[in-house]
Amino acid sequence: MKLNYRIVVFALAIIFGVFFSVPSLFQMDQGKKVALGLDLQGGLHMLLGVRTEEATKSRIKSIAASIKHFSDRNDILVDELKFDESSISFALLDSDDVKAVQKFLTETEGINLSVIGESFSLSLTDEEIVKTEKEAIDQAIETIRNRLDQFGLAEPVVARQGEEKILVQLAGIKTQEDEQRARELISRAAKLELMAVDEDRSARVYTMSDGDASEYGDVILEDVKNPAIKYLVREIPILDGNMLTDASMGFDQNNRPLINFKLNAEGAEIFGDFTGRSVGKRLAVVLDGKVYSAPNINERIGGGSGQISGSYTVMEAKDLAIALRSGALLAPIYLMEKRSVGPSLGADSIKASMIALIGGFVLVIIFMVVYYRAAGVIANIALIANLFIILAVMSLFGATLTLPGMAGIVLTVGMAVDANVIISERIRELIYEGKSMHKAIEDGYANAMRAILDANITTLIAAVVLYAYGTGAIKGFAITISIGILASMLTAILGTHGIYQMLESKIIKSKNNRFWFGIKG
Amino acid sequence: MEFFKYTKTFNFMGKSKLAMVLSVILVLSSYALLATKGLNYGVDFAGGTIVQVKYDTNAPIDSMRDRLKGNELFNGASITEFGSPDEVVIRMKSTSGSVTVDIGDVTREALKGSGNFEIRRVDIVGPKVGSELKEKGIMSLLLAIVGILIYVAFRFEWRFAVASIVALVHDVSIALGAITLVGLDVNLDVLAALLTILGYSLNDTIIVFDRIREGVTNSKNTDLTNIINESITRTLARTTLTSLTTFFVVFTLFMFGGEIIHAFAFTLLVGVVVGTYSSIFVASPILLWFGFDVKGYHVKLAAKAKREAEKDRMRAQYESGVM
Repeated sequence: MKLNYRIVVFALAIIFGVFFSVPSLFQMDQGKKVALGLDLQGGLHMLLGVRTEEATKSRIKSIAASIKHFSDRNDILVDELKFDESSISFALLDSDDVKAVQKFLTETEGINLSVIGESFSLSLTDEEIVKTEKEAIDQAIETIRNRLDQFGLAEPVVARQGEEKILVQLAGIKTQEDEQRARELISRAAKLELMAVDEDRSARVYTMSDGDASEYGDVILEDVKNPAIKYLVREIPILDGNMLTDASMGFDQNNRPLINFKLNAEGAEIFGDFTGRSVGKRLAVVLDGKVYSAPNINERIGGGSGQISGSYTVMEAKDLAIALRSGALLAPIYLMEKRSVGPSLGADSIKASMIALIGGFVLVIIFMVVYYRAAGVIANIALIANLFIILAVMSLFGATLTLPGMAGIVLTVGMAVDANVIISERIRELIYEGKSMHKAIEDGYANAMRAILDANITTLIAAVVLYAYGTGAIKGFAITISIGILASMLTAILGTHGIYQMLESKIIKSKNNRFWFGIKG
Repeated sequence: MEFFKYTKTFNFMGKSKLAMVLSVILVLSSYALLATKGLNYGVDFAGGTIVQVKYDTNAPIDSMRDRLKGNELFNGASITEFGSPDEVVIRMKSTSGSVTVDIGDVTREALKGSGNFEIRRVDIVGPKVGSELKEKGIMSLLLAIVGILIYVAFRFEWRFAVASIVALVHDVSIALGAITLVGLDVNLDVLAALLTILGYSLNDTIIVFDRIREGVTNSKNTDLTNIINESITRTLARTTLTSLTTFFVVFTLFMFGGEIIHAFAFTLLVGVVVGTYSSIFVASPILLWFGFDVKGYHVKLAAKAKREAEKDRMRAQYESGVM
């Protein structure tokens, strides 16, 4: 027996494989582990789209609000301030104000402005629309990530996929309630608006149509608890959630949960101005288009803080505060793809694939020993080493093991053993041709090498394509197959060669081809 | 233990006409099936919704149908058993884009009172994602084939490459035919299986081709038919053994891998059998019919060897400073 570089490399590879797969195998707390895919541990996978057209709409709305605020502050009389999905128009009563308004609007970025006499009309530029839509997606990713980070799940995945899709993966969602909560938290627009109740026409709200309301620049909103209660509010909000700096859950005097919010300096100023002007009128606190409360304004409210009361549970109030704190979604999101797997199904899948893996593995191992004797044992050592290395590499890179990934490992067992079959057949052939044992082994490996390499590389090509074009779980299949093929080059080719070289003198001395290679002679 | 001794050469090419007839029949009937019955695209590619429900006892499919009838979300829903009598899947063409209203919850409500059950899986694939996945799937099959074609042409010769691609198309066609025949849902996992078949079948073909290349290069014999027969005979033990072990492994996956992996395993099972057959009886005969020119190849090899020798001589001269 003598050492050679191959056996040393092989031994190191085995040590590496065993060492780094131990944390995964025994589910230890420390050390890097293979992550189980959502299909194995249960969880929620969603692909979300963003309705970006809504973002441009709300951009228009907020420009309108700023015009309104500017004119109110400077006592400029504005007539017929109207907006639709892509443009705003209004006229000034006093032509002396045209310059000031024009100056104010030219400072607003990304709009096309045209002024004829006292009439203004403006729309977003094309670049601004593109920019707004892009921002809406970026902001949605950021917001959803913020919200989920505060939700309390381990390692939620929120990532951009392609140009405009958002991938959300939540592992370890165990109950239906958790999933429901997560979905609501993600999709909640959390758009807070403080709006003025139109007290002049409020009495007619139940007889008015939406069209009538918009004639007056108003909009009819429902109460959150009781949709039968309706409010007529000014369409352009006093301020919105952009100016929110903090939101947290609190309790009112009756110990019911409510949400406290704080506004930034600008918001506080606008809020103070408005409340000062509107004593005796009502202020509607509107969240996602529903009126939560509409208290009377008794005095000017400075300091910029307020409350949203409503009858929610502690959990709802908590999630709502998270959503408000992480900011509103500029544009609503919708579901493009969803895959949710219950934990029990995941456990069943693990069980089934383990049975298949172990069953297939044992079959192959027995077959190899029966057919090739000692050569089969050597091939089996390589096969086992291969499994450890796959697991170790996956653990180190934090790769995810999916159900198709398990199938990939099962398949790798079949393919890795192929290399040893080819080699053993070649050696047998050369022994039959009467070559010396040394020459049979060396030439056997040399002859087999070309075929094995070509075969492995073509399989790798297919695996790489699969990785590039596959999604989710299928990627897992490509990963395990690729790692398995590469590892098999180390174990099945280099490793077994090293073992033969180490045992060569023994094999030659024994002259027992039946024992070593399963053939006569 | 040995399956085959290399004492005599089997005349595989003598049977190649018969094999070709069989292959043509199989491929054509596969296409006929694809054209008439058509592939049954699952939710991954067609878009749609799947809800998997598991009961404590046998699933009361009739009562489930009645309960779902009331809700228009379930219009046109089909309920089928999934692997065992206590587990079923509800399939719908429609999808809901709402993040908050969940079809799983709706199903739970609708089925309330039909027994003790658990909703184990909900898959919703919107139409846009479905068509994207389909596009990507077809692209990946084509790309894999082109990549392999280039590699084999580079490592062997173009005739080898074309022959191996014909064999691959043959295998994938028959696998698709088999899938259509048993009416499997074609989802991403089936696509993965098809790509694996590509790799696997090519493995087999390359092992045989490698021997043919070796035979062509080394033997004095210039009769390609003999070389091919001998090469296939010599690799027969390996082909059989590897196919058998792979078959065993895939078969256990098929039997015990669970319902979710069933379609994947079935596709592979067909692929292993067809792939082994095709490397012997499809790829090799095509090489023969393309009239691969052994003599010409020898001449080319000799010329190449000569060029290299010349190069080596020049280099030696240069290094020894003669020039």
